[in-house]
Amino acid sequence: MKRVLTGITLGMAVLQTPAIGGEWSGYVSGQFRGFFEDPVDPRQHNTYLSAAAEPRFDHSWQGGDHSFDTRLFYRVDQYDDNRTHGDVRELSWTGVFDTLEITAGISKVFWGVAETQHLVDIINQTDLVENVDGEDKLGQPMIKLSTVQDWGIIDFFVLPYFRERTFSGVEGRPRPEVVIDTDSDAIYDFEAGQDHTDLAVRYSHYIGEWEFGLSYFSGIDRLPSDFFPIAFDPNGQPTTVVPVYSLINQAGIDGQVFFGDWTWKLEAINKEYRSGRRKGSHTFQSVTGFEYTWVGFTGGVSDLGFVVEYHYSDANKRETIFDNDLATALRYVMNDAQSTEILMGFLTDANTRTAAGFIEASRRFGQNWLLEAELRTYNGTEEGRPLFSFRFDNFVQIDLAYYF
Amino acid sequence: MNISTIRTAVIATAVSLLPFSLLAETAEDKGLAIAIEADKRDEGFGDSTANMTMELKNKQGDTSIRYIRIKTLEIIGDGDKSMSIFDEPADVKGTAFLTFSHAIKPDEQWLYLPALKRVKRINSKNKSGPFMGSEFAYEDIASQEIEKYTYKYLRDETLNGIDCFVIERYPAYEHSGYTRQVAWINKAEYRPEKIVFYDRKNTLLKTLTYDGYQQYLDKYWRADQMFMENHQTGKSTKLTWSDYRFRTGLKDSDFNKNSLKRAR
Repeated sequence: MKRVLTGITLGMAVLQTPAIGGEWSGYVSGQFRGFFEDPVDPRQHNTYLSAAAEPRFDHSWQGGDHSFDTRLFYRVDQYDDNRTHGDVRELSWTGVFDTLEITAGISKVFWGVAETQHLVDIINQTDLVENVDGEDKLGQPMIKLSTVQDWGIIDFFVLPYFRERTFSGVEGRPRPEVVIDTDSDAIYDFEAGQDHTDLAVRYSHYIGEWEFGLSYFSGIDRLPSDFFPIAFDPNGQPTTVVPVYSLINQAGIDGQVFFGDWTWKLEAINKEYRSGRRKGSHTFQSVTGFEYTWVGFTGGVSDLGFVVEYHYSDANKRETIFDNDLATALRYVMNDAQSTEILMGFLTDANTRTAAGFIEASRRFGQNWLLEAELRTYNGTEEGRPLFSFRFDNFVQIDLAYYF
Repeated sequence: MNISTIRTAVIATAVSLLPFSLLAETAEDKGLAIAIEADKRDEGFGDSTANMTMELKNKQGDTSIRYIRIKTLEIIGDGDKSMSIFDEPADVKGTAFLTFSHAIKPDEQWLYLPALKRVKRINSKNKSGPFMGSEFAYEDIASQEIEKYTYKYLRDETLNGIDCFVIERYPAYEHSGYTRQVAWINKAEYRPEKIVFYDRKNTLLKTLTYDGYQQYLDKYWRADQMFMENHQTGKSTKLTWSDYRFRTGLKDSDFNKNSLKRAR
């Protein structure tokens, strides 16, 4: 709380300085989710309505050398108490001093190059209750120092507070059959708990058509290392669990290179557990693949992209569904005035033949409206397979947002 | 040697040089000479910033507007560095492109997506793709370098009362979307007044017309309006420029991945 107050005080101080380029923007949106089958748990529902807003305020001064960024997010969900949530996505100041750039406050960073899984991207926690694709992130308190040199960019991060991952609530959907309780205290299997200060460093550079990054993170893994049961059914099977968070050291590498219309990509991490049950153990994970773009494939201006990414993990299958999987997707970009795009594909587990399919489409209407539609399916979800919990959870999602 | 002999000799020398150079100048040489002069006249602007309104119109007359701010840093001996920042449509507000353009190599280009805070290197081998759904291809809005084309002078012609050289230019870049362009270059100011584009099949594709030229720093001409009409689709794009500023003090460090993330 003290940190939040400091941030607000900083914000107020900044707001009192003469406004140059300060402006509001953002969106409000309505969302519908419809499931094709009845849920596993009768407490879940077949249709969900929700509404969200994300106001932003940006302000910069001294020719853009100083800036103050605010992004607040709030969603109200018809049934899911966990999905009714707010977050300070961003509340930060950034200053540039010659080749040094400093950011202090709550902010977000993105690392990596892959499209279907973000392995090296570890600074921000995933706001998983927002969408199962894991693309939404929670704001992370940080001090970031960044310097641009001829030989590349180095970023240092001090991350003084840990954000817990969000999960669907009891009435929420899709969710695993076992409820992940985020209202009860999560377990930290080390002393400092949520107040642990994480550290990270990243070096990135490009040479011609090659882009690459090296990163190192020491702190709390954003992914729970385990789930601890806190409630059981009469047969002694867990019905509710809480996440267990552990300390890790994670080294990451990411890179991409262009060859003609091909883009080859690689992300890999080596994670070492420093606390808890798995202390001392290592896991290695990688995503390798390519994206090929067929420019003007209809003879016109639209593009067709093919994305193929292979996911590998040496961790046992319970921990990740990305252990030996192939993601294939088609991206159709119309390059029209309405920015119409369709991305469709599936992720197939080579061992179990379980697959997760998706179609994501978006189009602008008028100057301010954006319509997005998604279809997500879970296939080959027989008992004992990784996505068994989601066997009835195929759904469509429609978002209509007004941007201002 | 008396004076008259000297004079005769001088005149003879001058006369012998003059017709030879004229005779030796092929249509290609003359086309190149016009391009070199046009390039020379635009050299030394240093840097510039400007606001651009882009009005996209389809065959049915439906319009769509984009507001873009553009910062440019002149790089002598190479293509310019530029940053384009989107203000509208609102859903792409804050989206920005950083481009290091090159004459005959692929450009280096990064896209910043503010919602994800992700900087993505764009495979810019293909410069013929449309810029933000408009009728302008990336190669149309990129900085014009002499090496981007080979040239041929066609004729002199008066265009809307302006004396012009008409030159044909052939893209040197192998992935260009065009076989050729015909450009009307203002004879007095060496600025383009009109360009006609022919697609890879050498069919008439687009016409770009420049309007409302203004001179900045007593030297550099910039058009207030650029109108691109696509003859094959019936679509058009009108660019309206405003707030041109030159030598604003932009530095190389204003054009890197960190400054791209800060662009707003």
